[in-house]
Amino acid sequence: MDMNEIKEIFFQECEEQLAELESGLLRLNDGDRDPETVNAVFRAVHSIKGGAGAFGLDDLVSFAHVFETTLDCVRSNRLEPTQDVLKVMLKSADVLADLTNVARDGGSVDQARSKQLIRELEALANGEAPPAAEAPAAKAPAAKAPAPKAAAPAPAPVPNEEGFVPVTFSFDDFGGEEEEVIMVAPTYEISFKPKSDLYSKGNEAALLLRDLSRLGEMSIHCNMDALPSLEQMDPEAAYFSWKISITSDKGEDAIRAVFEFAEWDCELEITTAEDTSAEAGEELPMQPVPFDLSILDEEPAGPIGIAEEEEQIAAAAVSAAEVASNVVQIASAASRAPAETKAAAAPAAAAAQNTAQAASAAGQTIRVDLDRVDRLINLVGELVINQAMLSQSVIENDANGTSSINMGLEELQQLTREIQDSVMAIRAQPVKPVFQRMARTVREIADITGKSVRLITEGENTEVDKTVIDKLAEPLTHMIRNAVDHGLEMPEKRIAQGKNPEGTVRLTAKHRSGRIVIELADDGAGINREKVRQKAIDNDLIAADANLSDEEIDNLIFHAGFSTADKVSDLSGRGVGMDVVKRSIQALGGRINISSKPGQGSVFTMSLPLTLAVLDGMVVTVAGQTLVVPLTAIVETLQPEASAIHSFGASQRLISIRNSFCPLVDVGRILNFRATQANPVEGVALLVESEGGGQRALMVDAIQGQRQVVIKSLEANYTHVPGIAAATILGDGRVALILDVDAVVSASRGQPLKPEISLAAAG
Amino acid sequence: MTSLAKNLTNGGRELIAFRIGDQEFCVNIMSVREIRGWSPATPMPHTPPYVLGVLNLRGAVLPIVDLAARLGMKPAEPTVRHVIIVAQIADRIVGLLVEAVSDILTVTDDIIQPTPDVSSDFERTFARGVLAIDKRMICLIELEAIFPHMESEAA
Repeated sequence: MDMNEIKEIFFQECEEQLAELESGLLRLNDGDRDPETVNAVFRAVHSIKGGAGAFGLDDLVSFAHVFETTLDCVRSNRLEPTQDVLKVMLKSADVLADLTNVARDGGSVDQARSKQLIRELEALANGEAPPAAEAPAAKAPAAKAPAPKAAAPAPAPVPNEEGFVPVTFSFDDFGGEEEEVIMVAPTYEISFKPKSDLYSKGNEAALLLRDLSRLGEMSIHCNMDALPSLEQMDPEAAYFSWKISITSDKGEDAIRAVFEFAEWDCELEITTAEDTSAEAGEELPMQPVPFDLSILDEEPAGPIGIAEEEEQIAAAAVSAAEVASNVVQIASAASRAPAETKAAAAPAAAAAQNTAQAASAAGQTIRVDLDRVDRLINLVGELVINQAMLSQSVIENDANGTSSINMGLEELQQLTREIQDSVMAIRAQPVKPVFQRMARTVREIADITGKSVRLITEGENTEVDKTVIDKLAEPLTHMIRNAVDHGLEMPEKRIAQGKNPEGTVRLTAKHRSGRIVIELADDGAGINREKVRQKAIDNDLIAADANLSDEEIDNLIFHAGFSTADKVSDLSGRGVGMDVVKRSIQALGGRINISSKPGQGSVFTMSLPLTLAVLDGMVVTVAGQTLVVPLTAIVETLQPEASAIHSFGASQRLISIRNSFCPLVDVGRILNFRATQANPVEGVALLVESEGGGQRALMVDAIQGQRQVVIKSLEANYTHVPGIAAATILGDGRVALILDVDAVVSASRGQPLKPEISLAAAG
Repeated sequence: MTSLAKNLTNGGRELIAFRIGDQEFCVNIMSVREIRGWSPATPMPHTPPYVLGVLNLRGAVLPIVDLAARLGMKPAEPTVRHVIIVAQIADRIVGLLVEAVSDILTVTDDIIQPTPDVSSDFERTFARGVLAIDKRMICLIELEAIFPHMESEAA
């Protein structure tokens, strides 16, 4: 596994952590004060910082560190997570996401924004955290230093001029857990002086010392003479050196092996002490160890997997940072030192515990390359077709249908259907990530427009095919922007109308009859029909005297090149909005509708297929050809009677259905399968609902039945065929075409069959 | 021309020769995936006349091109004796309807003569050279030129 792969895993985990972070913050925003929620948020930032440190992503580390520091204040109840605080934090989460994306994909971030947020976060941490008042100067450099480097040069006892009392402290349990070395082993004197490079290459003195401590009994003296005063200190430089005396039977080579990767970046001297008695350590003129190794020992030992390795890198970097910040805290509260030491160890222990939890949670899922899943889905699709072909030929050869083969086939059919369902379920994902992204969009637009918006999401655990999810984000973002920018009014106006000054955007997902329905509702002004109508007339989309229903006017906003915004804003209003939305929804096999009430808001309803791999269709015959009509498009089917057919003008025919007239469309004629229109009485009419809102009766020759079909792309080997959405393979092994109902309906309105579907213009 | 150039280095190359009407053509064997018998294709609306429709090739939807019609000759009236050459063109797979596969030729490049200078679009669009084998004339055609849009995408 090379570095890039590990890095890729890190970024995947970052995405999960960012989602965790955001949902945690939103829960806090909703008044959740569960400490575990705060911990989860903290943990998320923590892990990102740790991983980023391991990869040298300094921007990410430094921002995450400041963020984490502030979160720590919340965690230790020094900072009340009020709405204002959470607002800053949510923005910080956005910046953190940006920084992560930049680290992965390149590009640049809004430096001014992240700097501003760093200042705000620091202000929050300093302004309200009691110890920070005593030690603002000490806190600042610790906050700015990238985590792994900050660890060793902990500015503990030095800065007298700041009012600090230097303090030496020891941990009671240190040494207590060490094994008694009874056998006489040689004692080595080690002088270890790291250079700055050691830290910048991701090594960590404390970790090396910990490793060393496993070799035998040792005592450490840290030489801090080189440490400059706080103002002159370079947070990334190395100032400490250590003198170590270790009694070990592992030999000098084992000791050298500990420093193997650090050897070039430190001055290392190892000598064998003449005196090999067990008391050697005590005879040395050394102080007790002013370094908390026990914190670092919280890590679970033993064989570790790759994921855990990641965690460990993260945890190690993080606990090192914690040592640093704890030391600062301890120094600032010198008088209470013994009490503080325990408290200092606690967060690290908690962090270690948390990482362990995270690791076990991750163990329940596996990451699978999407290509592999798709391959499996394709194969199952083949299996379904093959099974259908087999049953068909058995039926043809076995007229009475009672043989055991037939029964076996039925079972096979059930099994294949189950396999298909399970495989589809692999691809199904909750819409949550997309919805969360929308939360961010809302925040950003609310900021820019100066409106106050509350996003309510419901049913975010509704599952749908991953492809659908991936393609949902863009149209949804567009629509949310529109809803906030155009839909909601300014707060003053809302107050004037007796509404809550805070606008509400509600995003709901639910399953309904084999499709996912996503609803986006705002409680804004609703569509200004007069304005839309006027605009449509100005743009020559409709005739000035056209008589349009409210529904038809509302649907005009989906027309290409339509925008009612008086001035073009940054967010929306370039007229590429809703028609693009509509097209991308249609490309997914979905439909979109709008209903709007003036003064009360608009509701956009999108209905999408749960998967793009299979489709429930009605198999029909048209001019000798077998076609599949998506079931979702069909409202009802009927056998027309001669009396219900009315000629209308030169070539149009209408069918009267319960006293309303609906244009009759001969599918065979539209698709050029026959030269003249068929006699409607000899066929079947499929009443379909088209996007424009109107209904059409599609004439086909006969209905063969209903069937779930596997969708096959025509574009893969050929190209898009107008009027045809895709192809499928039927039980007899032949290819059948899947009708693009909307394209056919548009064609029946006199627009040539081509992929761009324009709307409602003719009414 | 890249696929041609690749094979030039070996000194020899294999071509698959087939008949359309009374003429013989050949294509590089490297682009041929398989050869299968004709079965009725599902016609598609609004396609050029030379696109006969689509066939199921083990789960893939395979467009079928009447090579005779595509080359400007009399459209084929497919029978069970016709065969479909399944060829890879760029990243797509296309079935070419021909009358019969006649030969597999191993030739060296010096046998391939430049296309005679005749004034027709056919020669400019499809032909890449002619071969004289046993007193027969076989025309080497370029598959990338079969579907114009594929050509542009492959470029």
